[in-house]
Amino acid sequence: MIGNLAYDMSEYLAILIFAAAGTGIVLITFGINWMVRPHHPYPAKNVNYECAEEPVGNSWFKFNNRFYIFGLIFVVFDVEAVFLFPWAVAFGQLGLYALIEMIIFILILMFGLYYAWKKGVLKWV
Amino acid sequence: MLEMIVASSIKVIIVMLAVLTGCAYATYMERKVVAFMQHRIGPSYAGPYGLLQPIADAIKMAFKEDVVPDKVERITYALAPIASFVPSLLVFAVVPFSADFTLVGRQVTGVISDLNIGILFVFAITSLGVYGIVLAGWSSGSKYSLMGGIRSSAQMISYEISYGLSIVGVILIANTLSLRQLVEQQDTILHWYIWKQPLGFLLYLTCAIAETNRLPFDLPEAESELVGGYHTEYSSFRFAMFFIGEYANMIAVSCVGTTLFFGGWQGPFLPAGLSVIWFVIKVFCFMFFYIWLRATFPRFRYDQLMNFGWKVLFPLAVVNLLVTGLIVLW
Repeated sequence: MIGNLAYDMSEYLAILIFAAAGTGIVLITFGINWMVRPHHPYPAKNVNYECAEEPVGNSWFKFNNRFYIFGLIFVVFDVEAVFLFPWAVAFGQLGLYALIEMIIFILILMFGLYYAWKKGVLKWV
Repeated sequence: MLEMIVASSIKVIIVMLAVLTGCAYATYMERKVVAFMQHRIGPSYAGPYGLLQPIADAIKMAFKEDVVPDKVERITYALAPIASFVPSLLVFAVVPFSADFTLVGRQVTGVISDLNIGILFVFAITSLGVYGIVLAGWSSGSKYSLMGGIRSSAQMISYEISYGLSIVGVILIANTLSLRQLVEQQDTILHWYIWKQPLGFLLYLTCAIAETNRLPFDLPEAESELVGGYHTEYSSFRFAMFFIGEYANMIAVSCVGTTLFFGGWQGPFLPAGLSVIWFVIKVFCFMFFYIWLRATFPRFRYDQLMNFGWKVLFPLAVVNLLVTGLIVLW
């Protein structure tokens, strides 16, 4: 048991080294960039891009609330995916019983999708 | 322990350099291949056949002024390129590049970190990429950026579900999450999982292209309507980070696809130490396909994109999953 734990930790240590190296590359390139780049700001240059016009109104505008609904549906089905992964790994030992259970589980969720579909939530106007 | 750290560090440096060079030359390859498909020559001035073009681009980027508009949210604006770049690199930490081989009397594994939950790690890290894009879109304080960021998040979460489900079929057959064991199971061309999971592969490919925001799913940065999308307000090396991140994502997705469906480094003729060559060839084919798509297809409309994701890909992924389950049980 302890042996297994040590094994796992060393594998994650390698990932930590990788992440550190990745962040290091970012810092080094930004450092070089910071040393060699010119810096001449003036008010007209620092205006947000809007086709060379003065920006009109607030940049944080109101957007279509369908994005939010898609976010909600996403959460439901992504949680479903979380349950599917361990099921799939252990499927070899579980057999028919697990398959039937999973079919019921998926059918319930697919009914949810069907409901959303019929309700017109998935339609993008 | 120390030996393991040193060995990992050496592998990390090699892989990191290979990936960054790969990203640089992926841009060259893209420009060259698209040029030939459109009867042009493409980059040809810097070095023989324009081979030094990526290096020239990198130097140019480093010397550009970094324009930070007044209206940005400073902290998130600075963090967004890093949040988009580092996760795209992290995927390479678990991809098995070659078979285990012996080098000067030492056993070398062909993977930096052989996690027993390899695929889960890949998908977890890939989904983190959306944060960089959303942060960039939101913190830029520009309408185009915000629009691009929101579109991108909606697109990525819509395709992420099918993306995840498309590979559950492979796991059902393989009964493991370790990428290394998956490669070892596909020891001959007939055991490649693409033959057992053709629909799963097509779903994976489609969703992967959408996840990496490539044509025909490149709505987050649709030039004709959104200028540059989420990176409109970024310049200099911050922009380069997004750019390299996008290519690193493409290569990562190709690597994972190769590992899952095309037997990774498995291949005839080559000894274990050189099996990485097979891996590179397969990834190269994937990348070529990506670029080919870009040169061929027009962009989707946004409603088509969402409809396709939810009403076609998702039900297909579920059907594929259930049918695979039934067949495995048979």
